[in-house]
Amino acid sequence: MASILHKEYKVIRDDYIGAGKVSSDIKKTLSTIGVDAGVLRRISVACYESEINMIIHAWGGDITMDVTDDGVIRLVFADPGPGIPDMAKAMTPGWSTASDTARDMGFGAGMGLPNIKRVSDEFDIKTSEKGTTLTLGFKVEQ
Amino acid sequence: MIVKDIVSCIEGEPLLICDPDLLEKEYTSAFATDLMSDALAMIHNSTETMVLVTGLANVQSLRTAEMLDIKLLILVRGKTLPDDILEVAREKDLNIITTGLTMYSACGRLYKEGLCGIYG
Repeated sequence: MASILHKEYKVIRDDYIGAGKVSSDIKKTLSTIGVDAGVLRRISVACYESEINMIIHAWGGDITMDVTDDGVIRLVFADPGPGIPDMAKAMTPGWSTASDTARDMGFGAGMGLPNIKRVSDEFDIKTSEKGTTLTLGFKVEQ
Repeated sequence: MIVKDIVSCIEGEPLLICDPDLLEKEYTSAFATDLMSDALAMIHNSTETMVLVTGLANVQSLRTAEMLDIKLLILVRGKTLPDDILEVAREKDLNIITTGLTMYSACGRLYKEGLCGIYG
C-alpha cells in the first residue's frame, strides 16, 4: 500500500481565523485528482471537524494526507496533548467542553467526533495526556 | 423556490453574488443554525440546492458551506461580512444574502412560501 500522493500540514493552537485552511486545501487537492463528489464531501467534513478539534481542544498539531495505491485516502491528525480525558463522553452527541471563544466562532455543538466517525470508512483514535492521534480512512469509489 | 423570490420574501439584500444566474436558480430546502457542527452533521441531507441560514457572520460559516458544497448563505439579524472575509467567500464562489429579519422570522416566511426543511 504505497502512497501515491502525500501532503503534510501544521495546525496552530487557537488559530480560529485560519481554522479550515488545511481542509480547504485537501478538498481542492483531492478534487483535482477526480475523487467522487460524495466521498469528497465526507472527507471534507471529517477533515474540517478534526482540524477544528486540534485548534480548539488540543495544542495544535500535524495533519498528513496520503492517497494509497489500493484506493484509500488516509488522514492522520496528531496533536501533542492534552489528550481526551473521557472518550465515552467525547463520543456522545451534544457533549462539549468548547470554550466561550470557540462557541462564539460557531463550534462546540458537541457533534464533532460522533460526526467524524459516522462519515468515515475507517476510524481509529488513541489518546493519552501526551497527545491524541486520530486516523481516518476513506475508500475511493472505483 | 427561485432565489429572487427568496430575496423578496425575507426582504433581503444581496451581499455577494458570484453566480450571475443565481437569481433565477431554484433552491429546494434550507437548514438553519448558528452552530457549524450541527450544519456539518447534516452532510447526508446537504445538496447544492440547499440554503444555509445562519447568524454566524464569520469565516467559519463560509468554510462550513465550502465543505458541504453549499452555494447560498442567508445571514440573519442584519449581519454583514467585512471585506477580507467577503474576499474569502468570493474565492469559494459563494453567494450571500443578508436580511434584517431574525432567524425565526426568516425561516417562518421561507417555509410558508414552500422552501421546506431537510426532513420536509
